[in-house]
Amino acid sequence: MANKLSIGRLLVYAALALVALYYLLPLYVMLTTSFKTLDDIRQGNLLSLPHAWDGGAWAKAWASACTGIECGGMKGFFWNSVKMTVPAVLISTMIGAVNGYVVSMWRFKGSDALFTLLLVGCFIPFQVVLLPMAQLLGWLGLANTTAGLVLVHVIYGTAFTTLFFRNFYVTVPDELVKAGRIDGAGFWTIFFRILLPVSGPIFVVCVIWQFTQIWNDFLFGVVFAAGEAQPITVALNNLVNTSTGVKEYNVDMASAIIAALPTLFVYMVAGRYFVRGLTAGAVKG
Amino acid sequence: MASLSIDNVCKTYNNGTDVLKGIDIAIDDGQFLILVGPSGCGKSTLLNMIAGLDDISSGDIRIGARRVNDLSPKDRDIAMVFQSYALYPSMSVRQNISFGLEIRKQPKAEIDATVNRVAEMLQITHLLDRKPSQLSGGQRQRVAMGRALARNPSIFLFDEPLSNLDAKLRVEMRTEIKLMHQRLKSTIVYVTHDQIEAMTLGDRIAVMKDGIVQQFGSPQEIYDNPANLFVAGFIGSPSMNFIPATVVEAPGGLGVKVCDDHGCVVLPLPHDRAKLSAWIGKEVIFGIRPEQITDARTAHREGLPQMDCHVKVIEPTGPDTLIFVTLNDTKVCCRAHPTEAKRPGDAMQLVFDVSKAVLFDPKTEVRIA
Repeated sequence: MANKLSIGRLLVYAALALVALYYLLPLYVMLTTSFKTLDDIRQGNLLSLPHAWDGGAWAKAWASACTGIECGGMKGFFWNSVKMTVPAVLISTMIGAVNGYVVSMWRFKGSDALFTLLLVGCFIPFQVVLLPMAQLLGWLGLANTTAGLVLVHVIYGTAFTTLFFRNFYVTVPDELVKAGRIDGAGFWTIFFRILLPVSGPIFVVCVIWQFTQIWNDFLFGVVFAAGEAQPITVALNNLVNTSTGVKEYNVDMASAIIAALPTLFVYMVAGRYFVRGLTAGAVKG
Repeated sequence: MASLSIDNVCKTYNNGTDVLKGIDIAIDDGQFLILVGPSGCGKSTLLNMIAGLDDISSGDIRIGARRVNDLSPKDRDIAMVFQSYALYPSMSVRQNISFGLEIRKQPKAEIDATVNRVAEMLQITHLLDRKPSQLSGGQRQRVAMGRALARNPSIFLFDEPLSNLDAKLRVEMRTEIKLMHQRLKSTIVYVTHDQIEAMTLGDRIAVMKDGIVQQFGSPQEIYDNPANLFVAGFIGSPSMNFIPATVVEAPGGLGVKVCDDHGCVVLPLPHDRAKLSAWIGKEVIFGIRPEQITDARTAHREGLPQMDCHVKVIEPTGPDTLIFVTLNDTKVCCRAHPTEAKRPGDAMQLVFDVSKAVLFDPKTEVRIA
């Protein structure tokens, strides 16, 4: 391909640029709007840049915006979400790793059936478990708490994480486990010293997936944690739907971006390691 | 080092398939046992059962005087080399070799000494700090052997260790394994599907098929006196010719009648007449190895039966040329001296050395004589 700018190639680039624009435009509008003052928003065009860059909306969104009758901004709910997501991601990933290790390397009678059942867990719609889960959390005394939400997400996430790790470990030759057993290593030694060190890529995949799922979850948050314990997704909804006084688009936009930042951050940081992990594993002798 | 005995060992899976149907094998201390057979014959299952990675359904396995049926792999005092090498990917070569010793809580100084000794023996000292992914296939193979050697076990188990190497390296490593065995006098059980590896390495060979040991003996015994059609065809390359033929009276005994499109010859049989009298006039399978049908110069002996045959195809291999003819409507391979070989389409005088010929029952495929 000597002629790099053939018509076909131009068409491809044009199409890509169009699609990229389509995806970036909402983000652009959100960002610019969040830095405008209310007056600026009313006078200007949706696509125009702010006349003066103003961080007031961000400060208000973080610390003093009203969600329902509370007026403490997103701050508290942001930390609620962190307190919910981090333990839930870590616990469900670890359980998934051990589960995947067992169903791929230590098959026992009924292990395939167990795995199939776990797999079915991936397809259960959230709505189906709402009422029984509410009942269960009530019995456990975890209703309306962050710990309760962590439990729900761990249970729900385990199906996915098990699937991820199982599918990863079936590609690892089981002769590794056999070699470990002959060398005298036990169940946990083989797991921690032989398999975990090569599981980097799948850990990253799992963490990205679980973090996104749990951070962005709205339904479980709105049902199982009200008021003080509610996660940021629920708070954002309440903020946007609070209908007293003037509609503060700039504050809404800033809050939405605050709510989305952690997942973006995880993608940017971990995504790079993900690609690195994949290519490192791909170098075969 | 220790002896190994396998008594009437069976393996039945939960779904009812019999993988092993009563295996009896015993070898002495220091012997090199080969388990050979086509894929699915149960040889790897048997090896896994010796290692303790698979349960035994019935029967006994003894290492030395110890019955090991219910011992876990780590308590059997064995080491294993795997087909995929199974090197721990995250560990350096040094850690790979020392891992088993560490788990057994050997003192650090002792471990270091062992690792260095083994590395020196296998000439991998310069590789000790590399990761397995930075090694070539042959180097990985050495490290896998080093890991087994470091443990100094009673029995070494090899599971098709050379099948992932290219042809040239395979021959080199084969010699090295044999050298290692001669030096260490270790007891080895070696699984392969390659009959050349079986012949070249083994003191004792167990030829397996369908979960049954078809024949157990020294390589030469198995080559010269195969117990049945399967063993005769499996061991030897090119494999033995099987010619359907009728047993007839011949001067001084019995013979088999063999025809080419040029004519027929009766090949006298070396076997006892009494053994074969029931087969007179009946069809048998006449087994003769390619090197026993050759040209007059290579045959080197007078008075052997001979016949002019129509050459169909020739395959020069270098040291000798394989000649394909058709006898009794069956393709037959003969091994001749390269300069004596005729061209396809020509007639060539072939000399039959029947002293090692064997006969099989065409129905049961069991050796008759």
